[in-house]
Amino acid sequence: MNVAVVRFPGSNCDLDVVAALQATEGIKPKLVWHEKSNLRGFDALVLPGGFSFGDYLRAGAIAARSPSIAEIKRLAEEGVPVLGICNGFQILVEAGLLPGSLLRNSGLRFVCKWVTLRVENNTTPFTHRSERGELLRIPIAHNEGRIFLPEDDLKALKKAGRIVFRYTDEMGEVSASGNPNGSQESIAGICNEDRNVLGMMPHPERAVNPVLNSEGRSDGMAIFSSLAGLTRRGN
Amino acid sequence: MAEIEQTILGLTPEEIKYARRFLGREPNEVEWAIIAAEWSEHCSYKSSKKLLKTLPTTGKNVLVGPGYDAGVLDVGGGYVVSMHIESHNHPSAVDPYGGAATGIGGVLRDILSIGTRPIALVDVLRFGNIDEDAHSQWLFRNVIRGIADYGNCVGVPTVAGEVEFDGSFKRNCLVDVACIGVGRREDLVLAEAEDPGDIVVIAGGSTGRDGIRGAAFASKNLAKNAESERSSVQVPDPFMKKLLLDSIIEALETGEIKGMKDLGGGGLSSALSEIASKGGTGIEIELKRLNLREPDLTPTEAMISESQERMVLVLEEENSNKTLEILRKYDVPFGIVGKVTADGLITVKNGGTVVASLPARFLADPPLITRHEDNLLPRRTTHVEPRAPSDLSRVLLDLLSSPNIASRRWIYEQYDHEVGVRTVLKPGQADSSVLKLPNGKFLAVKADGNSKITSLDPYSGAAGCAAEACRNVVAVGAEPMALVDHLQFGDPGDPEVYRSFSQAVKGIGDYCRGINIPIVGGKVSFYNQDEEAQKPIKPSPVALVTGLIQDQKHITSPALKNEGDELFVLGRTRLELGGSEYHYRILGRSDGNAPRVNPESDRRINSLVLRLIRAGLATSVHDCSKGGIGLAIAEMCILGRVGAIADLKDAPRDVMSPAGLLFSETHGRFVVSVRPGHAIAVERILTEAEVPFARVGTSGGRVLAISSGRKSIVNLSVSEMARAWESSIPRALGERV
Repeated sequence: MNVAVVRFPGSNCDLDVVAALQATEGIKPKLVWHEKSNLRGFDALVLPGGFSFGDYLRAGAIAARSPSIAEIKRLAEEGVPVLGICNGFQILVEAGLLPGSLLRNSGLRFVCKWVTLRVENNTTPFTHRSERGELLRIPIAHNEGRIFLPEDDLKALKKAGRIVFRYTDEMGEVSASGNPNGSQESIAGICNEDRNVLGMMPHPERAVNPVLNSEGRSDGMAIFSSLAGLTRRGN
Repeated sequence: MAEIEQTILGLTPEEIKYARRFLGREPNEVEWAIIAAEWSEHCSYKSSKKLLKTLPTTGKNVLVGPGYDAGVLDVGGGYVVSMHIESHNHPSAVDPYGGAATGIGGVLRDILSIGTRPIALVDVLRFGNIDEDAHSQWLFRNVIRGIADYGNCVGVPTVAGEVEFDGSFKRNCLVDVACIGVGRREDLVLAEAEDPGDIVVIAGGSTGRDGIRGAAFASKNLAKNAESERSSVQVPDPFMKKLLLDSIIEALETGEIKGMKDLGGGGLSSALSEIASKGGTGIEIELKRLNLREPDLTPTEAMISESQERMVLVLEEENSNKTLEILRKYDVPFGIVGKVTADGLITVKNGGTVVASLPARFLADPPLITRHEDNLLPRRTTHVEPRAPSDLSRVLLDLLSSPNIASRRWIYEQYDHEVGVRTVLKPGQADSSVLKLPNGKFLAVKADGNSKITSLDPYSGAAGCAAEACRNVVAVGAEPMALVDHLQFGDPGDPEVYRSFSQAVKGIGDYCRGINIPIVGGKVSFYNQDEEAQKPIKPSPVALVTGLIQDQKHITSPALKNEGDELFVLGRTRLELGGSEYHYRILGRSDGNAPRVNPESDRRINSLVLRLIRAGLATSVHDCSKGGIGLAIAEMCILGRVGAIADLKDAPRDVMSPAGLLFSETHGRFVVSVRPGHAIAVERILTEAEVPFARVGTSGGRVLAISSGRKSIVNLSVSEMARAWESSIPRALGERV
């Protein structure tokens, strides 16, 4: 499977994502510059984290106007899996591929820590290898990750099963102490209607090499190996 | 008029005389400005150079030592590690957010300019007491936020650090940032312009009016009305830095870059004269080709502006296309501003007219200043230790919640310490942070300083920073490899200050020679003074040490891992409570005997600890420093969420009270835990090595109970210790915990 990692000026997790994809059996990653407007031939796309265009104006706002975005939208409509991580998620929201907004963390500070995620929907191209309710240990690192949606939109999102990950405490319970940024209903990741576009604030690429986890876990691999295990486009 | 100007520029009458005599003429206004920038203390080390030359700087792994932008070590497999430390003290005292941010920018460029990729930042900070005054809180919050916003944006993880609180830093906080880089040996680039005819390119941010005379600003005491110096602080642009970083790293692969240097203190004046003088050449530039932010910038301003995010590159004209193409791809502005010449002169033209022409060597090699030191010896009096409070459990709890000891989570959670997927031991987990290297080895990094001890005894205090940093690196399983230091003092014209500086240099030099660690770089920052109190800061040398771990299995942390492990104390405790946290926080004293160092015995004990780790005998290791053995054992319990029972009756020591035994900060000591089945083997090894040690207890339960013989001295639950340790800094900042 050929996966494009779209690099914007200011992306800083691009090489980390490439390394994680390289470690995933069956995936061949390629770094592409954001000005590339033809991404045909790629079976999936990843928008990595970082501070695209310095997050000037608003996180992800300028990158969402970049030449590759129209192409990403077109491929997404065709059902090509698209994963936005952290700043990549912010870009997908700014580009209108995912609903809602990502507001400043409730603590008003950047937060970098390992959190527990619960898989709420395992029917996406990125989670089909996980069980529903499975707990993943993955780090976050962001300043603007508090998901907010108007009430009706949130209801619709929940009804359609488009909440893919929630933050929980270590026991797997949704709780204030397990919610690192004040996100609505502890939401950590959501998908589009067709479920082929996923945005998540946590960084699965940082949880692939077990040497980087104090318990020797590599839970981020669940997401990349799901992608690699797709039999056909869009699952 | 001229006389007044020159006084403002900070040159001494002798320097002015020397410049006139050397040149045989009166320099013009632009030339005086260039001379003053390059001869500032900040750029020239004119007060410190003589002493710094005494430091040990060579070793079998050292590829590049002091005098360049960063020290470089060979770590095997074709890879190198670079390291450097910088401070931004004065800017941070005026504008903590911008000052701290641009401090990072500077040290990142140093690592980059030697041809290596920055992979980790380490911040070493000193503030007033945040639990007492609002100004210190304001500085603290904004310095941390400045480091976070800049470091996070450029994608270099902040993996380690050290922070000390002391009243002497209330108005002059110290903000040091160190950076570690990794690269291929064949990609190293030196800051030299060797070949006449090569082109000189300035790439990155535009040149503007910010940071004008920043080096001069750093080379005098902060004015009482320091607010008026705000224009001396540079403006940070981390996004431009990120583009510059990515483009230069990509350009390094072309092999086209022949020489490179960052534009830091002293701006163009300093960068050009240094690369020309190192290469034995000259450089001619045309200011009209510079990318200016303000079109009406005068030649003087352009030459001394310290606008951020700029690099100077030296390229062969015929072999420069790939590099320039990469700069264009990243939208990094650049200008081909001039060329390398054979005449040895820095020639500055403005629209074709020569506005300055000075020999590069003359600029780079100013007359040194002979400073005077008083001959007072450190006060080592017959100190009588006052009675300790009767409740030592309470004392231990108070020490755990002292901002100098408490958990740094509030700080490091604001830093992206994971980006780059290299951080194996993360901030808060161990005595040093550990990074994965591309050659399969691991790098331990730690910085330490202790102004309270150094103010009592500058020699032992400075040596002690090195000793502690080495121990911290050893505790995670690494062999210490190299050190960079940062020496921060008051006004060098004050004989007492200069004596403490000279003692500190001697102390750190003697120690590093004694344990055979090269000092591969460093920085000196003078004129750190509280102008309102009319007092210099406590002398603050800091040392950053890197060490290598060959095998992942050897990476060790201080958290107790199991119930029933045997606890060993290694090293002899002496009554050295001077400068200790116990004295500062509990007794409010600033006298007593400062801990002395012994490189010989440290070397033995360090290698013994490494031997235990490599043999797989140590389940956890923690060094004893701030707070002594008492704090060391408490922290091992908190991190492992398990209790311990210890009897210190037999711990090797001089005669002293239980408080002395618990809280003395004697160097050269570790606490090590081992599986019960290994205890006999460990005892044998320690006995054979003739290292003082004692088996003091076992891990287990939910309580830490320390006794001395039959007398119980501490009894605390792990959860109440953890609460005190974890909530202290948020509480000091008035946050709900």
